[in-house]
Amino acid sequence: MTEEKKGFFKRLRSGLSRSREQLNEKLETVFIGRKEIDEETLEELEEVLITSDIGFETTQTLIDSVRKRVKRKDIDNIDQLKAAIKAEMRDILRHCEGRLPFDDLPIAPYVIFFIGVNGVGKTTTIGKLAMRLKNDGRKVVLAAADTFRAAATPQLVLWGERAGVEVITHQEGSDPSAVVYDAIQSAQHRLAEFVLVDTAGRLHTKKNLMEELKKMCRVADKVMPGAPHEKLLVLDATNGQNAISQTKMFHEAIGLTGLVMTKLDSTAKGGILLQIADQFHLPVYLIGVGEKPEDLQDFSAEDFADAML
Amino acid sequence: MFETLTERLEAVFKKLKGQGRITEENVKDALRQIRLSLLEADVNYKVVKSFIASVQEKAIGQEVLTSITPGQLIVKIVHDELVELLGTTHTQLTLSGSPPFPVLLVGLQGSGKTTTIAKLAYMLKRGNKHRPYLVPADVYRPAAIDQLVTLAKQINVPCYPSEQSDNPVDICKKAVQEALRSGCDVVLIDTAGRLQVDEPLMEELQKIKEAVHPSDILLVVDAMTGQEAVKVAEAFHERLDLGGVILTKLDGDARGGAALSIKAVIGRPIKYVGVGEKIEDLEAFHPDRMASRILGMGDILTLVEKAQETFDQKQVEKFEKKLKKNAFTLEDFRDQLQQIRKMGSLESILSMIPGMQKMKGNPALQPDEKELIKVEAIINSMTRKERLNHAIINGSRRKRIARGSGTTVQDVNNLLKRYVQAKKMMKRFSKMGKRKSFGRGDFPFPM
Ligand SMILES: Nc1nc2c(ncn2[C@@H]2O[C@H](COP(=O)(O)OP(=O)(O)OP(=O)(O)O)[C@@H](O)[C@H]2O)c(=O)[nH]1
Ligand SMILES: Nc1nc2c(ncn2[C@@H]2O[C@H](COP(=O)(O)OP(=O)(O)OP(=O)(O)O)[C@@H](O)[C@H]2O)c(=O)[nH]1
Ligand SMILES: [Mg+2]
Ligand SMILES: [Mg+2]
Repeated sequence: MTEEKKGFFKRLRSGLSRSREQLNEKLETVFIGRKEIDEETLEELEEVLITSDIGFETTQTLIDSVRKRVKRKDIDNIDQLKAAIKAEMRDILRHCEGRLPFDDLPIAPYVIFFIGVNGVGKTTTIGKLAMRLKNDGRKVVLAAADTFRAAATPQLVLWGERAGVEVITHQEGSDPSAVVYDAIQSAQHRLAEFVLVDTAGRLHTKKNLMEELKKMCRVADKVMPGAPHEKLLVLDATNGQNAISQTKMFHEAIGLTGLVMTKLDSTAKGGILLQIADQFHLPVYLIGVGEKPEDLQDFSAEDFADAML
Repeated sequence: MFETLTERLEAVFKKLKGQGRITEENVKDALRQIRLSLLEADVNYKVVKSFIASVQEKAIGQEVLTSITPGQLIVKIVHDELVELLGTTHTQLTLSGSPPFPVLLVGLQGSGKTTTIAKLAYMLKRGNKHRPYLVPADVYRPAAIDQLVTLAKQINVPCYPSEQSDNPVDICKKAVQEALRSGCDVVLIDTAGRLQVDEPLMEELQKIKEAVHPSDILLVVDAMTGQEAVKVAEAFHERLDLGGVILTKLDGDARGGAALSIKAVIGRPIKYVGVGEKIEDLEAFHPDRMASRILGMGDILTLVEKAQETFDQKQVEKFEKKLKKNAFTLEDFRDQLQQIRKMGSLESILSMIPGMQKMKGNPALQPDEKELIKVEAIINSMTRKERLNHAIINGSRRKRIARGSGTTVQDVNNLLKRYVQAKKMMKRFSKMGKRKSFGRGDFPFPM
């Protein structure tokens, strides 16, 4: 590495830690309501928004709209600026606040597929949801339809034991559709209200794996016409712009019915959800805020927007 | 979903066309597009800012080669800078001191640590170079131990029999002893996923580090990670003094800007990349591929590079002199043709040129590869005298040339007609007196 390069890294690194410390301070001063709104303020705002993974375009849209209002003297202090941005975010997110029809199931068993790229938190979310439903006195069956990843089935089985619900399992390497088939049938026999289907993590760019997923949907529909009743895409809040591609391609392949966002207990803000909400009009049902059973919450546009700034 | 950088730069290129030097003025738009592209690739905001500043510094004042546009040159500068920042050479796993060498994998939840441990073990084992030993030290996530044990069986590598009730630090200490006893030389420790702000769990990692003195500590990062990557890497590095990074899930369509962000803030090499869920899906890190991927541009760089290789400056100057004297002969015509062919098939060159992708379906613009070969054969069948002075090619000479090249007189006539047109076009260019680019679809050929 040349001297020059070292210089670049060093400059950047010290710059970053400095900026990290300053950012909070800055935002405090920026948002405390004393400082005037100038281009510099707006640039700081841009940084805050982009580093929340909101994306360049949405950031520009938000900033342009407040810039206009600043010019019109609609907004003249930072409190108002912050409030205005939050309000815009809430507006975008509000129409994707959704609740699953747990209290008034249209049909039973209600079959829910959990889908998503690798490692986002599908299995864990199912575990948490199973516990919640079980605590509410509901009858739940889990389907271990990730027959691919090492110990994916034991992982779900352990969650099933924790929750005290039944888990339908097959051998590792067997056809996941067969697990779906068995699980729905078994739920029908036992008069269970829910079938939560854990699918293997798959990248949305893999054709054969998307075909496998379509097949699982077809098989569900065969055992129980209309199933699966929900196809929920699980998104990881620490992911950036790629979440858009994930949503787009899963939606195109199987027609999603809603979203779950996990890992919102991390320092990532999951800002990409704004763009996704805007673009796909899918309801967000649940959020994950940790690895423990109780770390599952309903999505609230208000809270989400509040956490952004 | 995203427009490619190449597409976006089209407009910028158009404006820059014909400008011989990069100035603060003409570089602005291009840099704005590059900034946008980097942000869309999830490169951290701050990193982008410093990066753009340093590129601007480098770019301003640069002469533009005749064969490429200033826009293309900027992209090339950006790319080269990226490659350098990402690390120019491949860095392996550090195994130093005396065996057994403990190697610690750390990272956020679900980033791919456990899978990567198995991939590393498989890689080390191949060719009987090493005897890896696996250590499940994630006692928190359900079936995490089971997962590593299963993988160990698959690749036939010994694995420490951890219990969920054990303490991770104790597991690691005992496992290293056990590895030594069983004659293994690399001890791969799988830790639980954790947030960098989780104080007790970060402390646990420090304790493991103190207990086993790892030969290498690698941060495993998901290629889809967003702006967060910087904070995560900084925190893990601060605690553990990382030896490097492994980027996983690169088999998807993530642009992987996290790679640049992390390298920029911690200065440690990216050692390997995960490109699939299977045991063999681990590769060495290639900075140049990564740079193109982050920029979201496929082949324009290849074009720029090929142009630079193919059109060396001297040849270009010689060519220009000829143009000025209007001494563009059939021989030059052929040389130029060969240069194009050297750059690859016309089809692929076309697809590399911004704006040309769109024209691809247009049959009028479809270059005919066979046609080019024919043209070359015809010129080759001429005598040198004929090549230097096309005017002497009369009817009987045309017949001879056609026979010699296996073409028809009609073909020869066509070629001569085109050559005369090209010559006229050349004359126009030379009158404009500008250093004209020949790299951007201005070839006087049947395109
Ligand atoms: N901090 C945090 N971690 C989570 C959350 N949800 C899941 N995790 C963790 O993320 C990791 C991956 O979770 P899994 O449930 O195994 O993810 P998955 O999508 O089923 O993974 P694959 O089946 O391998 O594709 C585990 O370590 C979980 O404990 C969350 O909301 N917050
Ligand atoms: N497509 C793809 N998937 C990968 C790659 N590396 C790991 N995975 C998958 O990502 C998911 C999570 O991998 P794990 O190895 O369990 O991740 P981890 O970091 O150990 O997770 P925790 O222990 O829960 O924190 C699994 O589904 C893996 O199969 C990769 O390079 N490409
Ligand atoms: Mg899973
Ligand atoms: Mg693991």
